[in-house]
Amino acid sequence: MSEQNKLHISVSPHISNPRTTASIMLDVIIALLPTALAGIIIFGIRALAVIAVSIAAAVASESIFCIIVKKENTVPDLSSVVTGFILALNLPVSIPLWQAAVGSVFAIIVVKCLFGGIGQNFANPAMTARIFMITAFAATASVAYPTIVDTTSVATPLVELGYGLLPESFLGLFLGTVGGAIGEVSSLAILIGFVYLLVRKVIRPFAPISFVLTVFIFSLIFEGFDLTYALAWTLSGGLLFGAVFMATDYSTTPITDVGKIIFGVGAGFITVVIRFFGSYPEGVSFGILFMNILTPYIDKLVVNKPFGGKIR
Amino acid sequence: MRFFLHGVKVPHRKNTEKMAAVRMPAPASVTIPMQQHIGKPALPIVKPGDEVFVGTLIAEQDGFISSPVYSSVSGKVKSLTDLLMPNGVKCRAIVIESDGNMTPDPSVAPPTVTNKAELVEAIRRSGTVGLGGAGFPSYVKFNIPEGKTVDELIINGAECEPYITSDTRTMVDKSDDMLHGIVTILDLLNIPRAVIGIEGNKKEAIASMKAMAEKDPRISVKVLLTLYPQGAEKVIIYHTVGKVTPAGKLPLDVGCIVTNCTTVACIGNYLKVGMPLVSKCVTVDGGALNGRGNVIVPIGTSLKEVFEFIGGFSEFPHKVLLGGPMMGHAVASLDIPVMKNTNATLAVTEDEIREKKHTACIRCGACVSHCPLSLNPQAYLKAYNAGKTEVLEKLRVDICMECGCCSFICPTAQPLVETNKLAKGLLRSLAAEKKKKEEEKKMKEESKNVRAE
Repeated sequence: MSEQNKLHISVSPHISNPRTTASIMLDVIIALLPTALAGIIIFGIRALAVIAVSIAAAVASESIFCIIVKKENTVPDLSSVVTGFILALNLPVSIPLWQAAVGSVFAIIVVKCLFGGIGQNFANPAMTARIFMITAFAATASVAYPTIVDTTSVATPLVELGYGLLPESFLGLFLGTVGGAIGEVSSLAILIGFVYLLVRKVIRPFAPISFVLTVFIFSLIFEGFDLTYALAWTLSGGLLFGAVFMATDYSTTPITDVGKIIFGVGAGFITVVIRFFGSYPEGVSFGILFMNILTPYIDKLVVNKPFGGKIR
Repeated sequence: MRFFLHGVKVPHRKNTEKMAAVRMPAPASVTIPMQQHIGKPALPIVKPGDEVFVGTLIAEQDGFISSPVYSSVSGKVKSLTDLLMPNGVKCRAIVIESDGNMTPDPSVAPPTVTNKAELVEAIRRSGTVGLGGAGFPSYVKFNIPEGKTVDELIINGAECEPYITSDTRTMVDKSDDMLHGIVTILDLLNIPRAVIGIEGNKKEAIASMKAMAEKDPRISVKVLLTLYPQGAEKVIIYHTVGKVTPAGKLPLDVGCIVTNCTTVACIGNYLKVGMPLVSKCVTVDGGALNGRGNVIVPIGTSLKEVFEFIGGFSEFPHKVLLGGPMMGHAVASLDIPVMKNTNATLAVTEDEIREKKHTACIRCGACVSHCPLSLNPQAYLKAYNAGKTEVLEKLRVDICMECGCCSFICPTAQPLVETNKLAKGLLRSLAAEKKKKEEEKKMKEESKNVRAE
């Protein structure tokens, strides 16, 4: 009966869903592809270079960090690829490549790894790295005044809107023929990614929808109920991209659905306040970062009500 | 309007759903455990050398929550031994050598049942326990206390675990027994209606039950979502009659009795012929086997003999499960016998159950959004690891029914349901300790007072 000793013992359940961290991250990468493709089509091959450098720097810095701290290499979970990808799509195409690399290293090492790696960071790595770059490399990283872009050497719609100028066409805003960061110009491409993530059940829709709706409603109020201006504010800048790809980051947003709605509304409100009253043209990054910091508290306060019971 | 209770989509793997149950021949010997139910073990009343028949009482009920045990074969009692059960607890067991004739006990005769007390007594004597897996003595459930009224008898035919089809076969093949059981219970316990809840993927069972329901206007069929765990007690109450069972309360407190379809068929069969629960329809399946099917097994037959009957192993199994893959036990030995509440035994290969690698939690929230009882498994894991018992208490880990949805859905293989089980045990022992301390304090004060006087 020696064979009998080979039976394995474990606690139930004995089966599990095939999804893993890597497969979730792969879904996010797939969802980012339409946006990246739109960016490459609109801005040219340099956009691809920015994306490639960002991803490579992110992956390399995570590998090296794992070697230094003698931890198992976490690159196969693909999360560093996602971080590098998202950061690249947040940058203007004119960004010097070394700066893109520095941003990726900052995102991975400072914001993610030093806090304990995946799932432990309190702020979105790509978002925080973007803010770091806007302040450190103000002249080149800010998407407000693209300086060396050949295709769109005009001010981005957000800056124009700040002066009360409407973009030439809404179709342009939607398809992405106006200025901005690589990944924020085509609303259509972002929405394709959004739908993909929803269908694959990678994200829940509550944070993005409440985020975008809040920005729309407050823009409507601040613009004296002018629908066209409100719509222009909603479709321009990094709002859609941030709402879909960053306000849904697992580590840095609340776990419950109600928490996600609070996150979206809060981030939306801060975005609008900065856009209308702040000195930066864009507020999405700061809105998300601020709500990232509040997330542990939201998770503490907003807990699902158990079926047939009360939280004591 | 009912809101949606969550759950997980498990693979069905109902390979045996079209396979009617076949009776396996009497094994050379059976080992019948005294603890096949929740409550106190039964007390053996036979000694080695005694002659027994199929249906002879071999162990009497001990205490209120317990159940009598009957011989499943005819033959001679060989010995009384200790048996290591799948949950790791030792239990007395009676070993009976079969004469191979399966002669029924001459005393077996249909009981006379004309009122509530007689029905409850008959259910008690039938040895029936919750056959969905829990093994709660059925007669306790049907012994409705004075002052309580029951509005609905809910028949659980959800069978939401993968692989298992023994309940499906009951609903398809044993609808006469079920009908007899249901009608007698409704009549004598004054319950106005019965609802049979079945997951939507069991077309044949639904058709059979609908045909049965036409014979009595009090019976109806409710087709449930195909979403694990529809068969959990609180979940099936909610989805069949829309009632929310408060935490810590019984279905009886909301006017319901929930009973498994095989349990009610077993009661119906006892009322008709008087043969107590001595054999059980068991789904035998899994990739490590040469065959598969639904087998009627004498209680006490070892898993090894059941597997041999179905064709033996094609490869040595990675795990052998008693019950389904979501909530069943992995057993350490093939000598474990089939018991009253065994509804399946699976010999699975490693590929079939593919375990995930444990990696860092990514806070995806899937455990929270899929919990059928809206609990917070991720928060329990954190709190348990940090030793924060007050958080476990506040966030109500005690409500967890251990269905395993959280662990199933987790992309990083966190030990979620495992932690919930540990946390529940921890809270229970803390509460017991607290109670003990308070009692000691009270005793001290009392003795002080006595001295002062």
